[in-house]
Amino acid sequence: MSDKEYRHIGKSSDRVEALEKVTGQAVYTADLEFPGILYAKCLYSPYARAEIVSLDVSEAKALAGVKAVIIGDDIPYLVGLYMVDKCILARGSVRYQGEPVVAVAAVDEKTAELAISKIKIEYKKLPSIQSIDEALEAKILVHEDINDLEYIKGVFFPQPDSNIASWNRTVKGDIKRGFQEADLIVENELTLPAVAHVPMETHAAIAQADTYTNKVKIWSSTQSPFGVRKLLAKALKISTADVQVIVPYVGGGFGGKAGIHLEPLVTVLSRACKGRPVKLTSTREEEFNQLPTRAGMRGRVKTGVKKDGKITATEIYYDWDSGAYADYGVNVGKSATYSGAGPYEIPNIELHSRTLYTNKVFSTAYRGFGHLETHWVIERQMDMVAQKLGMDPYEFRMINILRPGSHTISGELINENSGCPDECLAAVAKEVGWTGYRSEEERRKNIKSGKLRGKGLACLQKAPAMPPHTSTSAIMQMDDDGNIRIMIGVVDIGQGANTVMAQIAAEVLDMPMEKVKVIWDNDTDRHPYDWSTVASKYTFMGGNAVKRCAENMLKQMKEMASQALRTSIEDLAHGDEYIYHIHHKHRKIKYKDLALGYAYENGNGIGGPLIAKGTYMADGLTFLDPVTGQGLPALDWTFGAHGVELEVDIETGDIKIIKIASAFDIGQVINKKLVEGQIMGGVLQGIGSAIIEGYKFSPEGKLLNPSFTDNKIPTAKDIPMEMIPILIENPQPDGPFGARGVGEHPMISVPSVIGNALYDALGINFYKLPLSPENVALAIAKGIIK
Amino acid sequence: MCEKHNNQGNCFTHVDSGLKTVQIKCRVNEEIVCAYIDPTMTLLNFLRNELKLFGSKEGCGEGECGACTIIMNGVSVNSCIVLALEAMDANIITVEGLNKNGKLSILQHEFISHDALQCGFCTPGMLMSARALLDRNPDPDESEIKEAIAGNFCRCTGYFPIIKAITSAAKLEREEMKNE
Repeated sequence: MSDKEYRHIGKSSDRVEALEKVTGQAVYTADLEFPGILYAKCLYSPYARAEIVSLDVSEAKALAGVKAVIIGDDIPYLVGLYMVDKCILARGSVRYQGEPVVAVAAVDEKTAELAISKIKIEYKKLPSIQSIDEALEAKILVHEDINDLEYIKGVFFPQPDSNIASWNRTVKGDIKRGFQEADLIVENELTLPAVAHVPMETHAAIAQADTYTNKVKIWSSTQSPFGVRKLLAKALKISTADVQVIVPYVGGGFGGKAGIHLEPLVTVLSRACKGRPVKLTSTREEEFNQLPTRAGMRGRVKTGVKKDGKITATEIYYDWDSGAYADYGVNVGKSATYSGAGPYEIPNIELHSRTLYTNKVFSTAYRGFGHLETHWVIERQMDMVAQKLGMDPYEFRMINILRPGSHTISGELINENSGCPDECLAAVAKEVGWTGYRSEEERRKNIKSGKLRGKGLACLQKAPAMPPHTSTSAIMQMDDDGNIRIMIGVVDIGQGANTVMAQIAAEVLDMPMEKVKVIWDNDTDRHPYDWSTVASKYTFMGGNAVKRCAENMLKQMKEMASQALRTSIEDLAHGDEYIYHIHHKHRKIKYKDLALGYAYENGNGIGGPLIAKGTYMADGLTFLDPVTGQGLPALDWTFGAHGVELEVDIETGDIKIIKIASAFDIGQVINKKLVEGQIMGGVLQGIGSAIIEGYKFSPEGKLLNPSFTDNKIPTAKDIPMEMIPILIENPQPDGPFGARGVGEHPMISVPSVIGNALYDALGINFYKLPLSPENVALAIAKGIIK
Repeated sequence: MCEKHNNQGNCFTHVDSGLKTVQIKCRVNEEIVCAYIDPTMTLLNFLRNELKLFGSKEGCGEGECGACTIIMNGVSVNSCIVLALEAMDANIITVEGLNKNGKLSILQHEFISHDALQCGFCTPGMLMSARALLDRNPDPDESEIKEAIAGNFCRCTGYFPIIKAITSAAKLEREEMKNE
């Protein structure tokens, strides 16, 4: 904990945009209306893989009120973040059930729907890839043109004539020798299904194309305004300057709104409608079944350990059931190569992460960016290795945990400022009263009650997954009354970035929060650049940019004040909206008197309106070696741990969480209320992944549960009895005030900790998610406990 | 995207009713409103598209998520699965009508101070479920609060701050009642 007394940092300021949100004034993309606006609807593929034999849209086109009907062949554009592999509308064939095939724009949604119903389409159904093994076998290729696809070379590694969109690997030390040195080798296979992001606001986008030029204006529920601008320009072969992206309030993202989604489709529709604005709002079913999801995954892990608990070698294969298009999926796979073995020192490791094309709804980033999935494998494995060793899993983790002087699996040296996973683990173990596994006798003793209690622990780590040269920027202006306006490139999707940035600016300038206005409704024509609102990176990167921006404004004020006060800049200090002389404190000027330039009594003026800038570029990071995966990918590691106590009903398999404690080393709390909000929300989202949620497909690849009726998220009745956020503050010197990011982390390792506690309660190891009452009850019924 | 719709195109929800428009009259946020509407129009679409009250949100359109919750004759309902015509002569309150004489109500204020919202999309519906609860039960316990908002999904907050905000609002409202 820092000794320094801050005015705003660490305080629980109210969310700056909260008033608009509790009064119904906050406007989201779907709430926007424009003169001449048209509404879009799509026809979707009913099959996972099929050839489009014939397509007749003439009746749909002839319908009154229909302004455009477009098919894939009308728009020969390919889009893609890392692999350019996706048509805006399917062309020739379809690759997943739910893939858009035809789009209609009409005067209202009902007319557009009616037009869709008039489309005559004939498919030839084809066998499809529905499992990881089928994908690896490659008897069918999801992308027959995989050898010709454009991709980012040296970062992603698509394999020829296969379904492997990228095969990334880590090779460190010598695993052969490592396994020879081991006293015990433990191998396991764990899996988890695809899961939906479920932002409460479904995706929505509006485009207005200028028919006289290439210009297009987009309003979108995106996390990536600058990403949409760049990728849309690239896909349409127009200039970045031609694309303007405006982001109203966004009703949750969780990664699902990162990258580019509905924007190209509404753009081509608007072009086809002579530039009338076209709006597309996804239904909830489309949100589940057309828009991307989190990939399913299978992890096979082999760990070698000495009797004393020291890990000697690890071999891992992560295979991602990533759906029909690569999107962020290949990058999720890549992040596993430097983070996918947990916060432990492993001298010898070989890790293979293969992002596979399958004929399912495609996958993208989801809060945690692959880490919930890899940690489900690793943190269950840590417990299962400890079981085989006959060692307390707490002790086993502590023996191998990263400490100053340790190296990560990509070869990065952890130092005393990198954060402390051991402190996190110790804190949660203490909070839940961890004393080691229950014995079989203890379990049997309680079995009559029908309810068994168990405790569990799990660690986690994550660093932002981003290009090593990622950058961001901020602009700040002061008004004549001393209020400041900040413009930043981030999208506040609920994480609280606007509030945190206002606090940082107000802290540096030593002024009240009420006088700091963050201008949201991000607009790429007006706001300064930010890469994307992803990766839990904005408090760190944006915080640094805003801090530097505020410092730049202070410097400008001091330069002006040094002339006005006839002193040197070195002798000036600031506080409470004044620039003053450090000794003669009465020699001072109020900020507002410098805002538009300083005016002397006789009318002379100096300086000019205050406009400050601040930028931040990720510092010291490198690309990963394409062969060994070695390099420096991590701007800041945020380490954490969960401890849980739960109760299982052995008849119904129902899990009641009595207490869950979650600790994160976030360096420095900027806003306590907001960070606790991130933790509580993230942990419950993790509980959703652990117990409730998951996609179910028919053998032929039809999504069986694309609605809230069959694919629910946790409700208020599903929350743990007690949730304890623990904030650990070992500051990182290059973070703003020492802070690190924590947006995604609370979700990671929640399934693992529940799985570990289930073992403690039941003596049964679980290998598959979700740990639904059905799956738990079936496992209990299988025999171990009777 | 239902099968019936894809195959025959005659699914009810996907075609215009073809029925004559009908008159609806009701009171929304203390104002009498009157309009001629398609009898198949939902109350949510009436509020949003006809009255331009965009505070109530559509999260699923099938009565599962609660983002469209409003209060009709004192009862919280999912306005996406209520026909506008069912609101004939009804008294309706939406999030836009929660304020007290242009000032934030206690409930709204407690949502802010407890950070009971993040992205804000579920917030209007959540507030209306909470309002309906406090109107019928000024002193709810935790399980009654959970029950009252169980039909309102929130993906951001983990519900804890929402439950605390409602508990606190109930207490402050009771104190205010005493003082009045």
